[in-house]
Amino acid sequence: MFDALDQLFVSLKHWLVGQLPAALQPWASLVISAAAILGVFMTLFALTVLIERKGLGRIQNRYGPNRVGPWGLLQPMADFIKMLTKEDIVPSGADRVVHFVAPLVMVVPVLLAYAVIPVGRNMAAVDFNAGLLFFFAVGACIELAVFMAGWSSRNKYSLLGGMRAIAQMISYELPLILSTLPVVMLAGSMSLVDITDAQGGHYGGWLARWHVFTPWGLAGLLLFTVAATAESNRAPFDLPEGESEIIAGHLVEYSGFKYALFFIGEYLGMFAVSALGITLFLGGWRAPVLWLEWVPSYMWFFLKLGGFVALFIWLRGTLPRLRADHLMNLAWKFLLPLVLLNAMSAALWHYTAQWTFAGAGLARWLLCASLVGVPYVVLGRRLFAGQHIGPRTYRMAA
Amino acid sequence: MNLGSGILKGLVETARNFVGSYYDPARLVTIQYPDERLPLPEKARSFPMLVYDGEDPEKGLRCVACKICEKECPPQCIYIVLDRDEKGRPRRRPRIFDLDISVCMSCQICVEVCPFDSIKMNTEFELSTADRFGSLLLHKMDLAKPASYYLGLHPVEAGQVNARLAAGPGHAETKAKPGAAPAPAAGTTSGATPAGSDRT
Amino acid sequence: MDIAFLITAAAILAGAAGAMAARNVVHCALCGVVSFAGLAVAFLQLRAEFVGFAQLLVYVGAVAILIVVALLLTRNFEAMHEALAFRPWTLGLAIALLVSGAVVSAILGSGLTGRAPSSAPVPAVKEIGDLLMTRYVVALEVVGVLLTVALIGAALVALREDGPAQRAKPGERGPVEGRPED
Repeated sequence: MFDALDQLFVSLKHWLVGQLPAALQPWASLVISAAAILGVFMTLFALTVLIERKGLGRIQNRYGPNRVGPWGLLQPMADFIKMLTKEDIVPSGADRVVHFVAPLVMVVPVLLAYAVIPVGRNMAAVDFNAGLLFFFAVGACIELAVFMAGWSSRNKYSLLGGMRAIAQMISYELPLILSTLPVVMLAGSMSLVDITDAQGGHYGGWLARWHVFTPWGLAGLLLFTVAATAESNRAPFDLPEGESEIIAGHLVEYSGFKYALFFIGEYLGMFAVSALGITLFLGGWRAPVLWLEWVPSYMWFFLKLGGFVALFIWLRGTLPRLRADHLMNLAWKFLLPLVLLNAMSAALWHYTAQWTFAGAGLARWLLCASLVGVPYVVLGRRLFAGQHIGPRTYRMAA
Repeated sequence: MNLGSGILKGLVETARNFVGSYYDPARLVTIQYPDERLPLPEKARSFPMLVYDGEDPEKGLRCVACKICEKECPPQCIYIVLDRDEKGRPRRRPRIFDLDISVCMSCQICVEVCPFDSIKMNTEFELSTADRFGSLLLHKMDLAKPASYYLGLHPVEAGQVNARLAAGPGHAETKAKPGAAPAPAAGTTSGATPAGSDRT
Repeated sequence: MDIAFLITAAAILAGAAGAMAARNVVHCALCGVVSFAGLAVAFLQLRAEFVGFAQLLVYVGAVAILIVVALLLTRNFEAMHEALAFRPWTLGLAIALLVSGAVVSAILGSGLTGRAPSSAPVPAVKEIGDLLMTRYVVALEVVGVLLTVALIGAALVALREDGPAQRAKPGERGPVEGRPED
């Protein structure tokens, strides 16, 4: 019964594909998967935009949108109609072709990235041997899209935003990729399906063997989250958009549907990177404890995704934007050494697995955690040394 | 050892706001405007209106078309034509009283110079329109408002005005500063006020 | 030859031609990206997943961005529109023919052509990793050292050009031009 529910969508797809002639079946399978990904994540996008606006409102003691439909639930529809009916303006000095292509280069790779993510048991559209590499490879195209948008608009703010975005994304791509290194090392595979499988089983017969319950996994998840926030250009790393100083960066000269495409691309990118974090560290679609295994796997996946998105919204509502030099310092002087040490910590975890003496588990945990934790404190202190952090005093014109 | 504790503190603070806004209505200071409205303060003003006594705006209009406001208006948004009977004698009331609120700057000078307490400030502010030439030019009948409406808008000020009008002729000049009011205006005043006091 | 390969090959060639012919430098770079991405697709068609993805990640994600950033940071960016055309085009053609002749003869001489496509052992990432860490470990280390040296060299060059000179300017200006404040 539970198995049937768990595999509901898989068997549905098999049945649908089975209805077609054999020659079409491989194509049909891909089309159905693509349609499902598009439908589910676009719905999620609409929901997230609404929840984000309402949540940010509540964080700032406002109501948020509540005019369209009951409790403002139809706000995404209103936004959608507004976006579609807006005039599509291309600046006269703009490079028309590049200006037109940029939004597509933004959205298409992001959608491709979903192909390798297992959203449930047997629910990955494609299982590439190098799935993780595929994810980052298509993710790299986003930088190009941002540059194209920034350059082709022929606007100083756009270009500044584009350059900022490139600098930031290149800097944070390194910690992002390296923070996934320990997972690949210990799972022994770059296939996201295999990585999820590597997190099967239970500690002490009840707690799932998610990577986040290991010291390197916990540190990896935190580092990954920071790098992922920066990579998806979300607050507090939203310098490329910085509406107070460069209006909206590379988005200045976009309106109507092209702007909507960028908007969609940004949110889908956030979901994709969250989904990757879930798959790598939070067990993918696996239940956290043994007695909750009966809940369908895709439910777990989307529950975790919701949690990740809520965290992103919460962070956006809390943290102020970083300064450009702080941003670079954080990436190169803080995150990069820590992710490298984290890889060492994972190696240590792997080689201490044979320890059998009393209290070995705890000793191992503490040892591996201190390998990242101590440098965290030391590096942090050194970075903040000599910096006055606290309430600032401003000299205003009296 | 407080690395990153500032972030956690901030997160706790925003979480408190998030949850608190559902339980503590005092946190949500937003007035949801079209549904809820803040009461306007006594001295709120938008654009001028013409006050009339009694029921009929044509008969009861306090304005006698003395044109002081038309002359004083800095952006010159008032246009008045005196009404005359068949023999060409003035009727002491405006035939046309137009006020262009796309030009008016709400300075209230017309109110201060009016010797008859006829022109007063309205508080109506939802005046947006798609027709900026027609709908923003208010005519005499658009401007005419009963005295009770005026009393509702500015109770204190209208009470003083009513008391002054009830006191009868002669007292009306006390409003105009001595020497500031032009001579012809003072002349009209003494003739016009009895008509007003008759009705009250 | 199937249609997919022909389309990919056309895209690669068109990208390369565009990179040479375009007047605008950034257009050249973007055409280059088309060519890079086409190569990645070609690798994927040969079932070399790892190489294909690595090509995409490294060339589109890093090299193309690097080219583009370098272009934008170059001074006299606008002046480069004119100077791009390579005047003695016969020389260019000769060099191109020479290089492609060398590559083709190397391929023909390698004995790869005669071999029938064997039941392709789809190389898993794991095997590639094993080989890189055992048989080709020296080559890998050498490449790593080379890249590190290049990185440090680039940082040094950048420092020498901009660092002290730029930093000195505001300091020099301060006492000379700055108005003495009371």
